Formats: sequence, C-alpha cells, structure tokens
Amino acid sequence: MSDLGTNFREDFTEAPHLKKGVSKFNIAATIAIPLIAILFQVYVPRFFERLSYLELPLLVTVYLSLMRRSPVAGVLYGAGIGLAQDSLSHNPLGMFGIVKTLVGYFAASMSQRFDVQNPWVRLVLSFFFFFFHQFFYWVLVRALLGEALEFDLSTTLVVAALNAVVAIPLFHILDRLKVVD
Amino acid sequence: MEFLLNRYRNLTVLLVVILAQLVLLAYQVKSNGEVRLIRVWAVSAVTPLARVIEAGRSGTVHFFRDYFILLNVREENQRIKADLDRTKMENQFLRTELSTADRAKSLAIFQQQSPSKTIAAHVIGNTTGVGAKVVIVDRGTSSGVQKGMAVITPDGIVGKVTGAYPTASYVLLITDPSFAAGVISQKNRVHGTLKGQGYSTVIVDYVQNEQQVQPGEMFYTSGDDRIFPKGLPVGEVTVVRNGKSYKEIFVTPSGLQNGLEEVLIVVEGVHMAIPEAPLPSQPVHLQDAPPAETSSTEAAPAQPGGLTTDADRLVDHYRRIGEAEKHVYGQSAGGAPNYNIHLDPNAATPSPVASPAPSAASAAPVTPPKPATKNP
Repeated sequence: MSDLGTNFREDFTEAPHLKKGVSKFNIAATIAIPLIAILFQVYVPRFFERLSYLELPLLVTVYLSLMRRSPVAGVLYGAGIGLAQDSLSHNPLGMFGIVKTLVGYFAASMSQRFDVQNPWVRLVLSFFFFFFHQFFYWVLVRALLGEALEFDLSTTLVVAALNAVVAIPLFHILDRLKVVD
Repeated sequence: MEFLLNRYRNLTVLLVVILAQLVLLAYQVKSNGEVRLIRVWAVSAVTPLARVIEAGRSGTVHFFRDYFILLNVREENQRIKADLDRTKMENQFLRTELSTADRAKSLAIFQQQSPSKTIAAHVIGNTTGVGAKVVIVDRGTSSGVQKGMAVITPDGIVGKVTGAYPTASYVLLITDPSFAAGVISQKNRVHGTLKGQGYSTVIVDYVQNEQQVQPGEMFYTSGDDRIFPKGLPVGEVTVVRNGKSYKEIFVTPSGLQNGLEEVLIVVEGVHMAIPEAPLPSQPVHLQDAPPAETSSTEAAPAQPGGLTTDADRLVDHYRRIGEAEKHVYGQSAGGAPNYNIHLDPNAATPSPVASPAPSAASAAPVTPPKPATKNP
C-alpha cells in the first residue's frame, strides 16, 4: 500500500522534473493560439452545430496556465482570453473574464503539484476545469445578472467529458509549439 | 504592507484582476450600458476575417455545386439528344435551373411582397459561449439596423437583434433560453409566450390547461412584444400536454427549418392578420339521391304527403290494424290488438297519407311494439 502511495506521488505529484518543467511559447504563439480558439468558436459551429459545445478558449486557458506553472501568468491568460471572448458574446464584459481568471489561477496552482505532461492528469484536470467553468459561470449569471439560467448537471458532465477527451490531442498538438521546456 | 503583497503576490494579482472585472461588470449593469468601444473593436476585427472565410467557403461550395450541375446537364444533354427532340432538352434544362434557384431569389421575392420594410443580411458567424444561440449577421448600424429589431425568413421568425455595430449585428435566435416573444395560435387564437430552450424546439408558455391547442396547429406572432409585427409564422405545434398550471406546448420553429444563411431584418414592421386555419378535412363529394322505384310507386295512388320512409309505412300499418280491430292505442282496455290479421294491401286508407306498397306492407315486421311507445 505504501509502495502504491509512493509510486502515485512519484508518477503524478512529486516528480523531480516538476519544478524545472516550465514551458514557454514565443509571443506570436501566445497570441495566435487563443485567437484561433476564439475564432473557431465564432465560425465553426455555424456549419457543425454540435461543435458549439467545444470550449476551446477554456482548454487553451487551462493548457497555457498548466504549462507556465505561474499563477500570475495564469490569471493574465485567463483574464485576457475571457475578456476577448466576452467582447464577442452578448454578455456584459467580464463574465467569461472572471471565470477564466479563476480557472487560469487554479490551473497554474495545480500545475505546481501535478505532472501536467501526463495525459491522464490532463484529462482529469480538463474535465474538472470545464465543470468548474460552467458551474461558476452559472453562479455569476444568476448572482450578478439576475438571469434565471438553468444548470443541467447531466448535460454539463457529458460535455465536460467530451471537452476533456478533445483536450488530450489538442494539448499534444500545442506541446509542439513550445520553445523552452 | 509591502511584505504582505510580496508574500501573497499571486493572490493579490488574482484579487486585483477579479476586482477590476467586477467593477467593469457593475458599471455595465448599473448604467444599463455597454463598453461599446471594446465591442466595436472586437466585432470590427472579427468581421472582415469572417467575411473572408465565408466568401471562401461559399465560393468553394458554389463552384463544386455548379460543376456537378453542369456535369449533370452535359450528361443529360447527351442522353436527350439521343432520345428526344430539342424542345424536351430545353425543358429539362429550365427545370434544372428552376430546381437550383438561389435562395436569395426567393428571399428577394418575399421581401418585395412583404408589407414590412426589411433588409437582407447574411449570417457570417456565431458568438462565443458554449451552445450559444446568437449569430452574427453582416448588416449593422451603417445599414440602418438597430438593437431590438426583428429578424425573419420567408418561413418564419428567426430572432431579434441584441447588438448593432457599424458592420455587423448580433441576432439572438428564438432557440436561445433567454429569448421570449408573444405568440397566438391560428385556430383558437390562444395567446402565449414563446421561449427558447437551447435546442431545436421551443415552447409556448403561459397557456392555461383549459385552452384548446392541438398538435399540427400553427402559431403566429401576436405583436404584443412590440418587436415582431403581428401575423408572422412562428412554428408548428408538435406536442401538447397538460402541465401543473399551464399547458406544455412544444413548437418546431418554421424559420429555422431550412438552415440559416440569409435572413431579413425588419426595419419597419407592419402588422398583418392571422391567416384562417385550413378546414380540418377535405370536402366530400355526395352523389345525387337515387330515383324512386317506379314498380311500387305506380301501384299506389299519388297523393300529397305520401309515405316516404319505412317508419311512416310502419306507423300507417299499425294504424290500419288498430282501425280494423277498433282499437284505440293507449286507451282501449283488453290489451293489444291482433297484429297478425291480414289487411287488404290494396284497400284505400282513410287518412291523407298514401297506402303502403304491397311488398312493403307484407314485409313489415310483425313483432308488436310496446304500447307505451305507440303514437296513433
């Protein structure tokens, strides 16, 4: 049992390379990746309606925050992507911004404790952060805007699982854009 | 203080960023306004790109569509040249042309016929957000579009403008959960409120359980919401069931059935009458009544007020039995008369009604009816 616990910590939490494994991207990639994710959400669901359930801006926020391992960077990534998303939505500015700011912060904080290169960790974190994002957005809409938005738990769980599945190959592709590791 | 900020640097940055966004939100909610400049920048930045992508997509689609149409026409020409004459070939070509007519043409025809003043727009993108039911159209304030205008297609209503910018506008679709509009049923003029649900069907709420709405019935805009002119088609009822206090009415929107590429924005709406519901069934052809049988009617003297039905003949038969037996129905003591006596079928009846035909009289039922039901 103790071996299992030790192995788990070594595999997922306290791997020796964690502290030094800070990934960096060049400035063009840092701007282009979120922009493409937002444009994907703006344009592609017009032709493939089911793809509107993909939250690529969120997945990109999670990825960049996990890779940078810096809560401050996570906050800035989240706020920037969220506000850009807000500016193209019909919601007041700041709704997605606040939610994604929190996602970025917590994702970067968790990246200091987990091996974020592990696909299973990425899957679980993507699932968790999608659910957190949807739930907190629902709370904000009800609390700040006073709108009676419904929260469909089963649908959210299914969509979170789908987004988590999409996150694995997406993160793998984005790994190729890293310049420093 | 400086020590605390350094020690909790991450948390401090998080709180500052969130606080700034909360202030931004509070400003927008409090002033009921929006940060227009940022949105104008964002929409203006995205719109040209979306236009280019859309132009590339539609160009590619039209190229391939035209190519295959031309390919079909060429093959068809060869077959027709072998089999049929030139007229038939031209006819086929025209039919093909008709079948591939652009949707924009039908939109333009509807636009001319509609009493409301509308402008045509092209859907160029969606807004962000999971499952968002808001689309971006390529007409904005420079074309006269304003927030709150209705958006329709020839088939029905589509949504309403929720944001108008110089080159583009946001259109909230009727399937969005935050959408609502006043509607009225075609048959019984039942008023209700149309609401989106986030997927393809919409519901009509606030219709009492006692009110009559049937599946297959059409709903039209009522004009109560001051957004949609009265009389625009909304959709067809697919499911109706009683709820706790209101009916649960599910409607398939007619305006979204054929995809969403071109739409009309109603700049000046004109209320129209709700069309009458079609008849529930087709008219049924009734054949003329058959002519009277000459063999039996010629034997009987033609008198005014003749016996026309079996019931008349039966009443006459029993009346004659009563007269022959000197029995007054309902008054004579001693029970019923003898219904089995033989009456002369050719005997003239004292009453003004005609005597029954021999065949009819002999075929009359012999079972005595109950005295209480007799009517002399």
